[in-house]
Amino acid sequence: MRYLPHTPEDIAEMLKAAGAESLDGLFAGIPPECRRSAPMVLPNPLTEWELNAHIDRLAGRMAATPDYKVFVGAGSYEHFIPASVGFLTSRSEFVTSYTPYQPEMSQGTLQAIFEYQTLAARLLGMEVANASMYDGASALAEALLMAARITRRSKVAVSQAIHPLYRRVVDTYLKPTGIEVREMPFGSSGTTDPAAIEDPDQLAAVAVQSPNFFGCVEEVASFADRVHAAGALCVAAFSEPLAFGLFRNPGIQGADIACGEGQSLGIPRSFGGPGLGMFAAKMQYVRNMPGRLVGETRDKEDRRGFVLTLSTREQHIRREKATSNICTNNSLCALTAAVYMASLGGTGLRELAQLNFDKAEYLKGKLRAAGISLPFSAATFNEFVAAFPDGFDATYRRLIAKKIVAGLPLGAFYPGLKNHYLLCVTETMSKDDLDTLAREVTS
Amino acid sequence: MTEFLGTTGLVLNEPLLWEKGRRGRCGFSLPRRDVERCLAPAALTAEGPDFPDLSEVDVVRHYIRLSTWNFSVDTGMYPLGSCTMKYNPKTNERQASHPGFAGAHPLLPSDLCQGALELMAALECLLAEITGLDAVTLQPGAGAHGELAGMLIFHAYHRHKGGARSKIIVPDTAHGTNPASASLCGYTSIPIASNEKGVLSPEAVAAVMDDQTCGIMVTNPNTLGLFEENIKAIADIVHAKGGLVYCDGANMNAVLGMAHMGNMGVDVLHLNLHKTFSTPHGGGGPGAGPVCVARHLEPFLPVPRVKFVDDRYMLSEDFPLSIGKLQAFWGNTANLIRAYSYILTLGAEDLKQVSQLAVLNARYIKERLKGTFHLPYDRPCMHECVFSDKLQQAYKVSTLDIAKRLMDYGFHPPTIYFPLVVPGAIMIEPTETESKETIDVFIDSMKAIAAEARDNPEVLHQAPTRCKRRRLDETAAARKPCLRG
Repeated sequence: MRYLPHTPEDIAEMLKAAGAESLDGLFAGIPPECRRSAPMVLPNPLTEWELNAHIDRLAGRMAATPDYKVFVGAGSYEHFIPASVGFLTSRSEFVTSYTPYQPEMSQGTLQAIFEYQTLAARLLGMEVANASMYDGASALAEALLMAARITRRSKVAVSQAIHPLYRRVVDTYLKPTGIEVREMPFGSSGTTDPAAIEDPDQLAAVAVQSPNFFGCVEEVASFADRVHAAGALCVAAFSEPLAFGLFRNPGIQGADIACGEGQSLGIPRSFGGPGLGMFAAKMQYVRNMPGRLVGETRDKEDRRGFVLTLSTREQHIRREKATSNICTNNSLCALTAAVYMASLGGTGLRELAQLNFDKAEYLKGKLRAAGISLPFSAATFNEFVAAFPDGFDATYRRLIAKKIVAGLPLGAFYPGLKNHYLLCVTETMSKDDLDTLAREVTS
Repeated sequence: MTEFLGTTGLVLNEPLLWEKGRRGRCGFSLPRRDVERCLAPAALTAEGPDFPDLSEVDVVRHYIRLSTWNFSVDTGMYPLGSCTMKYNPKTNERQASHPGFAGAHPLLPSDLCQGALELMAALECLLAEITGLDAVTLQPGAGAHGELAGMLIFHAYHRHKGGARSKIIVPDTAHGTNPASASLCGYTSIPIASNEKGVLSPEAVAAVMDDQTCGIMVTNPNTLGLFEENIKAIADIVHAKGGLVYCDGANMNAVLGMAHMGNMGVDVLHLNLHKTFSTPHGGGGPGAGPVCVARHLEPFLPVPRVKFVDDRYMLSEDFPLSIGKLQAFWGNTANLIRAYSYILTLGAEDLKQVSQLAVLNARYIKERLKGTFHLPYDRPCMHECVFSDKLQQAYKVSTLDIAKRLMDYGFHPPTIYFPLVVPGAIMIEPTETESKETIDVFIDSMKAIAAEARDNPEVLHQAPTRCKRRRLDETAAARKPCLRG
């Protein structure tokens, strides 16, 4: 076995030094009632080449881009990823290192994560961002728990235009805590009405997503104003941070906590994971934040360096009183996002965000011209809802046969939105692709 | 005479990203604009973030230089107890980044993602067989996320049985995540001490187990590297009072092919794919933390679950007792592919040998270093062994000094000051992928450090001197946090 370096001679010598008779003898301390009664039954081992063929066969049964044109976003976005990003983030020193608990020999990861925190905070317009969490959905759940800790209140209000799967994760996390989750409806514009917040003085937090699940841009500032007056926190969620290259970010609008999914920043979709839970807050709340933080300090020779810090919030020190049980950041994904953001730069990010907006607007125009109804009136970023006529599901299936996935059907998530589809257009779709889609859905 | 590994070499300085670059540079090939520019509503738009503008060369040099300031498993031995820093096979990277998977959207109609669903279903079966449990969820994104799933299952189970419970038993050797995960479900942790042999005694459990206690969280093998030999008796006590047994499977890599979690009486177990099944740690994540359960808890597993119906795989939500969802999508698929590839590459015999050699390496180190360093529990260890700085304290040398000096010798330090039951703990886990030659150099380095502690302790106090940075002031970092530029 090529990963196991021991020769029979090594094993014999080491057994002797260890005072054991045989390899099985090393396990004498396991009582008989705890042992397996029979060996494991697993497939015969594969050579590297057999494994390649096996995985090729499985991967061949996936509708992956660019072979398929997939007009689906909904929290997982297709964006071009420069070769340099994959090259740099494949470096063994980043991939095969552990959490940087020993800072003297982990300065590469530590500086990279400090830079990620900085870029994330700047992108979101927030004072402090952590080193990242699992994904956007669990980050939102943690944000609501954090708000409940800060305000000592036990109700939260959550917009129904937040990603339905994020809301289900929120329910899972909050159910055993007794924190009540109220939902706020969306209106005909596709956005949430701040006037729909009931009894804000009883709430720990109000959460809205912008752009929301329908791609519509919410006016987070009006929520922030309304809830701050009542002593609650404003939690701004997101699933497409590229939007903040064009639209106003959560911080500028007064959000107390900004949290969401960073997959679109250079991370492959990988059938949904791993992603990047981005989490940022106002500095006054930093000691209540979940997750790792990297901070700047000096070494013995007074040179700048970086360490993990404020760890008294964390489980390995604080145990049951920790701000979260999390003991991971999705570090390699955070690094990937940082390399991607650094590659784009401020100029590139603005241009790329504008291009995403423009392509979606182009398709909206084409669909409208073809008589398709776009029911929501609010401004959108790179995805939007289209209402197709009855019987469109047959067209949808016909298009799949042509390797086009014409959006995400919304009926399963919102029973009132039967025949409504969420369509996503990023920079990866050419004008031809958009023309083809507009033609096909109406023919 | 051993030639030690640690040396110095040229590394380059590199400023922070925003301290370099020039406005107007871009390291990204902007896609061709083939549609017209539109105006977004001015009231909603802003300038965009203040990011530095860098060329592709700027970016590449920046991160390559940073990478050279890191130690990694591919650089050398990383004997970090409890973390299982084994070699991460390169073929697994090829499989995980296969365009068919990497380019797949998670919300595809099931007919368009049969490959990933088949892989997930197969991996669930493999993990069930390996652990001896009955049903598996792949959704948790890390070990601690798996623990949370496990505690949510405890909570849902007791509610379903009609009696919510308020407490959980957690041994003093447990990882900090265990009590933190339990408290997310509102459980008060009842700590119990391990006995003089370093394991739990059934009497200690019986003394606190009652009908308000939802169960127990045990790490087996435990964080002292010892097999909890009374686990079956403990499980019987917990079950008799209507409780459940959670096993933190962080150390499953020690007992592959040997132990059977079902036979031990374990009801719920999480696995760390980034430990036992060799997916890379990535500088602190992402990992993956599948949870395996006994048959009677299957209805509570997270949804959706992969099902095979009418000759095709699909994701099913039809589990009304489920705890719900833990991530937006289905799990950290890329890591699931890596772990699946690892298991298929090794097969049953070699997986068993993984544990045998992991234990052999740890036992060899324990025997060869005892006497040089204090060994608080001199019993046959499994995959890791725990020493302390007791013998070095006379020279005013601490565990931290020993750890820092080991860097100068070219090794990552062991886990230090954990588990908490051993003051000044030095927890060494070599893993099975280190050869005898490498381990011999490690042992010689530890012995050389012990000699330095006696003869020239100042060398240890000043260590490390061969890294990019000397010791860093962690107190100052926490007192006046500077968390961004």
